[in-house]
Amino acid sequence: MELVAFYFFAGLAIVSALFILFTRNLMYAAFGLFLTFMSVAALYVFAMADFLAVSQIMIYVGGVLVLLVFGIMLTHQHKAGQSTQANYVEVENGGMPFRVAVSVAFFLLLIKVITNADFELEGSYIEHKSTLQQLGIHLMTSHLLPFEIIAVLLLAVLLGAGYMAFNRINNSGS
Amino acid sequence: MIPVSHFLIVAAALFCIGLAVALTKKNAIGVLLGLELMLNAVNINLVAFSRHDPELIRGQLFALFVLVVAVCEIAIALAVILRVFDHYKTIDPDHIDNLRG
Repeated sequence: MELVAFYFFAGLAIVSALFILFTRNLMYAAFGLFLTFMSVAALYVFAMADFLAVSQIMIYVGGVLVLLVFGIMLTHQHKAGQSTQANYVEVENGGMPFRVAVSVAFFLLLIKVITNADFELEGSYIEHKSTLQQLGIHLMTSHLLPFEIIAVLLLAVLLGAGYMAFNRINNSGS
Repeated sequence: MIPVSHFLIVAAALFCIGLAVALTKKNAIGVLLGLELMLNAVNINLVAFSRHDPELIRGQLFALFVLVVAVCEIAIALAVILRVFDHYKTIDPDHIDNLRG
């Protein structure tokens, strides 16, 4: 039963990712990415990472995807002969055969490595238990320095993105 | 319990699809979509191995940091793309070939 659900979400993730690859409408690609992010969150649940699954939904679906859709709409130009529907943002896919072939070759290489590696994982594993408490303890003890560095990085990103957006408004006004 | 190799194969497939998206899309935001897909695939690997590390869930901690850095990258990349769009009036990576503004 668990395996069936796992295959369902894995298939959903891969099919919606393939949809992103083959669609010509960038807006639909963003919606495909939404489905992929949700399926990946489900896969995190199967790997017993409940907190990460929730943060995946909150950060990626709630933050990143909204930002990306904003970016798509702000950089959209209408070309002659294109559909004028509001949600139609056509984008060409260039050099498909060769570049997809490179990716497929890389995929085959990875599959070969994974099947040859034959991981023998010893010891116990997480079973039906939330990892939230341990995550909190580790973030405040053994991983405190990376945690602080991430905080500084977030501040720098906030300032940098705000600075660039501010100058953009000034330039278009003058 | 799902064997770890299943997670690895799904992650490898997602990574390679993300690579193909990043290579083929003729739009900088399309490339960003592919990058996000690749970062997610890497996170699946980290989380899958972290399941066998119940005391020091190091994989999950690392995946959490990857998540935050990916968000920072998207925020800055979109700001840069908007500036590039203002200057070049296009965000096709093939047409942005002028180094001196």
